[in-house]
Amino acid sequence: MRWIRRNLVVIAGLLTLAYMIVPNIVVMVFSFNKPNGRFNYAWQRFSLDAWKDPCGVADLCGSLTLSLQIAAWATLGATVLGTMIAFALVRYRFRARGAINSLIFLPMAMPEVVMAASLLTLFLNMGAELGFWTVLIAHIMFCLSFVVTAVKARVMSMDPRLEEAARDLYAGPAQTFVRVTLPIAAPGIAAGALLAFALSFDDFIITNFNAGSTVTFPMFVWGSAQRGTPVQINVIGTAMFVIAVLVVVAGQIVTSRRKKAATS
Amino acid sequence: MTITEAPPAADLPVRKGSTRKRLVPYWLLLPGIIWLVVFFALPMVYQASTSVQTGSLEQGFEVTWHFQTYWDAFREYWPQFVRSLLYAGTATLLCLLLGYPLAYVIAFKAGRWRNLLLVLVIAPFFTSFLIRTLAWKTILADGGPVVDVLNTLHVLDVTSWIGWTEGDRVLATPMAVVCGLTYNFLPFMILPLYTSLERIDGRLHEAARDLYASPTTTFRKVTFPLSMPGVVSGTLLTFIPASGDYVNAELLGSTDTKMVGNVIQSQFLRVLDYPTAAALSFILMAIVLIMVTVYIRRAGTEDLV
Repeated sequence: MRWIRRNLVVIAGLLTLAYMIVPNIVVMVFSFNKPNGRFNYAWQRFSLDAWKDPCGVADLCGSLTLSLQIAAWATLGATVLGTMIAFALVRYRFRARGAINSLIFLPMAMPEVVMAASLLTLFLNMGAELGFWTVLIAHIMFCLSFVVTAVKARVMSMDPRLEEAARDLYAGPAQTFVRVTLPIAAPGIAAGALLAFALSFDDFIITNFNAGSTVTFPMFVWGSAQRGTPVQINVIGTAMFVIAVLVVVAGQIVTSRRKKAATS
Repeated sequence: MTITEAPPAADLPVRKGSTRKRLVPYWLLLPGIIWLVVFFALPMVYQASTSVQTGSLEQGFEVTWHFQTYWDAFREYWPQFVRSLLYAGTATLLCLLLGYPLAYVIAFKAGRWRNLLLVLVIAPFFTSFLIRTLAWKTILADGGPVVDVLNTLHVLDVTSWIGWTEGDRVLATPMAVVCGLTYNFLPFMILPLYTSLERIDGRLHEAARDLYASPTTTFRKVTFPLSMPGVVSGTLLTFIPASGDYVNAELLGSTDTKMVGNVIQSQFLRVLDYPTAAALSFILMAIVLIMVTVYIRRAGTEDLV
């Protein structure tokens, strides 16, 4: 009893962690299910069918490719535009700073459905055809603020003396930027880009409003919740999870090895 | 636009008189800001205009300054508004109650497990959130283990008495929706909490102990006040998206648990009643912005923004 009381916080924390992890485990387990009906909600029996044929459902892999494409372009666009804004905000003084700051903050403080609905009214009023381009425009828009925030934090904590040193050593402005500034800012830019990719790839609400008849992967999952959920969805979800975990673990190992090499 | 007289940032000596250099910040800002103005600010104007239009899809809509739409929309859909705020508020509170211990454990008790725990907190993100939300259908299924346990412990008797569940079901009830919302936004609570907890100087805890503060007092007087920035940004990051969410209400709820997001979505994409949808979206935006502003003022962390 005393042990429980002393470790109450740890127990509560681990219970929360379980609450967060259990759905992932369910997704994983049910990727080996062989459901009886159209819906994959109740366990029937073990099967590897879905894993053998992950693209066996019409439009599934097409939607996945489309989502990856949109995410890649949205990441590129948001990262370039966002990094430029972040540098301007940290390094320069200019007019209308307050207005620009709130323009960047507001998209993050707005319920997604409001942005989605208002963007749709714009597209409808302009007679734009809904599809790949409208989705891409929307994704760059809502990823932008997150990239700015991530890059800004990094550039702000940068030691200005490093750039002064580069200039003292007769590096030109371009050379200083490419050889000194950019490498130091890189982790912030990378963090912003990763965040943008994740946000874009997994976005549903804004995409749902502005995609027209274009089907991204989240839209496919949404549709299948109405029509019937193929096991392949779980296969893709599990594969994404495993790949991402492997990438993170590999990254951790590389950085800890580098640290060790640096200290010894 | 002209350049202010304010001195340039110390680390970048700008030669006076060089107009090209003085324009650099504007060139850097221009593309991104234009993007935000055209695709974020301008749509708000279009939405405002749409909300006061009348007409039909066939004959087209026209601005008639028909403000009645707002009143009609609010009168018809106020239960959905109340529900949205109630569900989002409950989910935010639950996220705080569930997330705080975990953030605390990662910050102070995890030791060498800290990185692993952090990865585990972010890990759910690696699977698309719609797939994970659908998994809750399996977890909360009628007659499933979770419902059985809750039934045996008579939890469901209590929750159905206060109207959160119905009979032996959890799925398609308010509890399922709140449970899904809480689940979906927990990482957004935990990460800011962890960041502000991790910054706390460990010596402050020692000092509190040296002054004979009990662990509870230490938490109440030292740890919790110092973690307030995390609490504020965590609650905002949870409440704002949760108030506009319609995914959880659609996938885990029933027609009796529809939130205002569901109404906006169906008015816009199925009913095609654009004025009503735009008005609803505007009311939601106003409510959220007012609540957030008041909350930030109250919490006294205005520099957060």
